[in-house]
Amino acid sequence: MTVTATRETPAPPAPARKPGGSGRRRAWATRAPLLPALVFLIAVTQLPFVATLVISLFDWNSLKPEKRHFTGLSNYASVFTDEALRESVVTTVVLTASVVLVSVILGLAFALLLDRTFFGRGFVRTLLITPFLLVPVSAALLWKHALYNPEYGLFNGALTWFGDLFGIESVAQPEWTSQMPLIAIEAALVWQWTPFMMLILLAGLQSRPAEIMEAARLDGAGPWQTFRYLTLPHLRRYLELGILLGSVYIVQNFDAVFTITSGGLGTANLPYTVYETFYRAHEYGLASAAGVVVVVGTIIIATFALRVVSSLFREEASRA
Amino acid sequence: MSASTAIPRSANTLSRRARRRSAALGAAAWAVGVGFCLPALWMVLTSFHAEADAATNPPSLAAALTLDGYRTFFGGGGGPTPWPPLVNSLAASFFSTVLVLLLALPAAYALSIRRVRKWTDVMFFFLSTKMLPVVAGLLPVYLFAKNTGLLDNIWLLVLLYTSMNLPIAVWMMQSFLADVPVSIIEAAQVDGARLPTVLRRVVAPVAGPGIAATALICFIFSWNELLFARVLTGVVAGTAPVHLTTFVTSQGLFLAQLCAASVVVSLPVLVAGYAAQDKLVQGLSLGAVK
Repeated sequence: MTVTATRETPAPPAPARKPGGSGRRRAWATRAPLLPALVFLIAVTQLPFVATLVISLFDWNSLKPEKRHFTGLSNYASVFTDEALRESVVTTVVLTASVVLVSVILGLAFALLLDRTFFGRGFVRTLLITPFLLVPVSAALLWKHALYNPEYGLFNGALTWFGDLFGIESVAQPEWTSQMPLIAIEAALVWQWTPFMMLILLAGLQSRPAEIMEAARLDGAGPWQTFRYLTLPHLRRYLELGILLGSVYIVQNFDAVFTITSGGLGTANLPYTVYETFYRAHEYGLASAAGVVVVVGTIIIATFALRVVSSLFREEASRA
Repeated sequence: MSASTAIPRSANTLSRRARRRSAALGAAAWAVGVGFCLPALWMVLTSFHAEADAATNPPSLAAALTLDGYRTFFGGGGGPTPWPPLVNSLAASFFSTVLVLLLALPAAYALSIRRVRKWTDVMFFFLSTKMLPVVAGLLPVYLFAKNTGLLDNIWLLVLLYTSMNLPIAVWMMQSFLADVPVSIIEAAQVDGARLPTVLRRVVAPVAGPGIAATALICFIFSWNELLFARVLTGVVAGTAPVHLTTFVTSQGLFLAQLCAASVVVSLPVLVAGYAAQDKLVQGLSLGAVK
């Protein structure tokens, strides 16, 4: 896959090159260090994707290999008509959008809180990024078993504890993962991704030009006005970057869905469905078609993502 | 990391109200920090409880602490030991990080110090491969591995993790190498220094910390990976995250043990992540945020 959002990126002026007779050889000498990485990446990422494209055009169940045959686009028709698959498209969109949105808002709030000096700021910052540093599987296992477990999870334990405190006899003990499966996954993912958003937005907050902030203060702008008219516009780029990078990662999420609900109760997103279709159902053609659909979706997000990154990058290049 | 503190504000110009407000916000930050981190703190606490105390409702905060969870996780109860998966994770992450550095360093050099023409286009090609979802290549890789006998082999994971991290590494290192002033490099060359000397004496001191951080991030991503490891490995080459998922199924649910296991598996990442907090943002945002 090559996203060509770079079209409109004018190549910044290349460093002056001395014209010389051995220009061509010289160009290759500059290019040579680049080649191993390029060749490796093309071989390991692009070739398998081409293979996926080809397989997606076949009716191929690995349990009945003799029946394998070319079927054109019918796998794609199945992806969009098969109810389970179509549902997983919707689930993916809902999951990604809600997790990104909530974690950006929380991340912004946390970043604003941390963007001031107070006693123990470094320590609080460390506490806040901890969820992001847990291995994703262990974070998912933690939520499923230590927090959501209806019998001895922390959430229901806390409910009982509060009940006891206020003398309520039988406090409700919800079965989190079966009563609200999608929300359960979303909560765990928001918990893991809020620190990421916070870190990016904090970097944005700290790159605000101090003179302008000071000038606004002297001109009598209140905190809300400063936030609304200076901070927020300045943060736009960083918000976009956080949203788009977050989306690219969360669209692909497998660990949380796999661990917390195993895709049950309408929580199977596309990556999980692809995994199930090929690993358990052995439907190679169908799984590949679903995989291609994930790629198309990601390309749409990625095109925007690249545009944002390239605008940040252009600033960077022009500053240099 | 000097924040709005850059705005000169001496203590005596602060009104009492402003000071009270600032103290309240500091307290709020503390409350948010502790509250948000609570699940992780809970996990650590539970990992030191006996199974009977871990599985109570309401939770027993004051229960006696014990290392039993850790002891059982490390095979104390006659169960499987986690050493092979941990060693596999360590090996796969380490070797792929080395390979990433070997490939990315020259590439970053060509993209920052001695720039190829159209270097931004090349940069964006690297980045675009990162946007390719893992599932899109999973099946062909699986079929390839099955037909070549590479299934359940950590070297296959090493290759895949390398391709997964290479784009990030190229982007990060490009930005770190670009921080090396070209004039210094040229001055050194005029003085007759050759490439190895220039790299060692000029480039390494400036870009070294960034390169180290890049390596750390690649290591963390490889260590965390589950999908490839789950599909492509089995008994021999299973990694720590795979072990974590099977651990629950094979042992039944023992909460303290599970928490101990999660703590052990997460510990290397936590330590590395705390050490490289600032560089972590830069790496994860692909060098776009400094």
